Amino acid sequence: MTTPKLVHGSVSEGDELPPLDHDVTATTVVLGALASRDWRPMHHDYDFAVNRNGTQDIFLNTPNLAAWFERYITDWTGPTGRLGKMTFRMRDSVFPNDTMSVRGTVTGTDVDAAGCGWVDLDITIAVGDRVCTTCAARVALPADDTDNPWRRSGDAWNP
Amino acid sequence: MTETTDVPSIPDEVLARIDEIQYEGSAGFPVEQGYIWTTCASVENGNPLFWDREVADEITGGPIAPPTMLSVWFRPHHWQPGATENLVPLQVHFDLKEQLDLPEAIISENTNTFHEPVRIGDVVTSRQRLRSISEPKTTKLGTGRFWVIDVEYVNQHGVLLGVESYTAFGYRR
Repeated sequence: MTTPKLVHGSVSEGDELPPLDHDVTATTVVLGALASRDWRPMHHDYDFAVNRNGTQDIFLNTPNLAAWFERYITDWTGPTGRLGKMTFRMRDSVFPNDTMSVRGTVTGTDVDAAGCGWVDLDITIAVGDRVCTTCAARVALPADDTDNPWRRSGDAWNP
Repeated sequence: MTETTDVPSIPDEVLARIDEIQYEGSAGFPVEQGYIWTTCASVENGNPLFWDREVADEITGGPIAPPTMLSVWFRPHHWQPGATENLVPLQVHFDLKEQLDLPEAIISENTNTFHEPVRIGDVVTSRQRLRSISEPKTTKLGTGRFWVIDVEYVNQHGVLLGVESYTAFGYRR
């Protein structure tokens, strides 16, 4: 079966990833929290979020934000893109009725000592002018049509 | 952010635990397809690795879980028979809030490093390690300390699946 794949040599520093916009609902928040087995009330209980936590509404939880970043990255790479590392910082929350905008830029490319091709990305989730979460990600891409980063393990995989 | 001394000193028993394995345990259930599809649905992730068995066989040698689901496999059930209170994940974090007498805390940064893929049927064991506690600091939130906790995940063969590193700030208002 042939699957689309982005190869390492086709990516350059400064490249922009395709934009993603998503209208967040209460269902988005609750579905994401429960999918990640996060039962804390600020992700499903409006009264708790507003009157106990002091936030304007329930809000997206951290593991689900990670899942959004992953989806955004692999929408771009295709299934042969393999995530190595993600660092993210939470600066503000994403609430129901927000339109979440995800944007990403290639900040560097390199090939490690084991021959694995890496791409570094800076990604932002924002609502309007409000930056909510920033993410620095490192993803491995195949060198060509015959390569597959998922086959790497042990000393050949150095995320 | 400024240095401050207006917080209690770190108890010796807390310092002694730095880099020690704590709360090692199994997730209590094998990695399963249902949570994978629910997670993909929650973010509209159409990656064929998670939906098309042929693609998964070709690329990853069989179905795997999205790497960012790592923490899903260590979160305890909200209730289980015999439990007397709600169970919480990242217990070291909650221990520190109490031991350092810093009742409020936020996670300010999270780094996830992904090693071997998590496969359906894997039984994941997690273990927590306190890596560091900072000197007292004052931020816009209040006065307290930063701490770093690693959660390491291994499969039933003892193979490392990933490490999540949490940087938290515990503080008083």
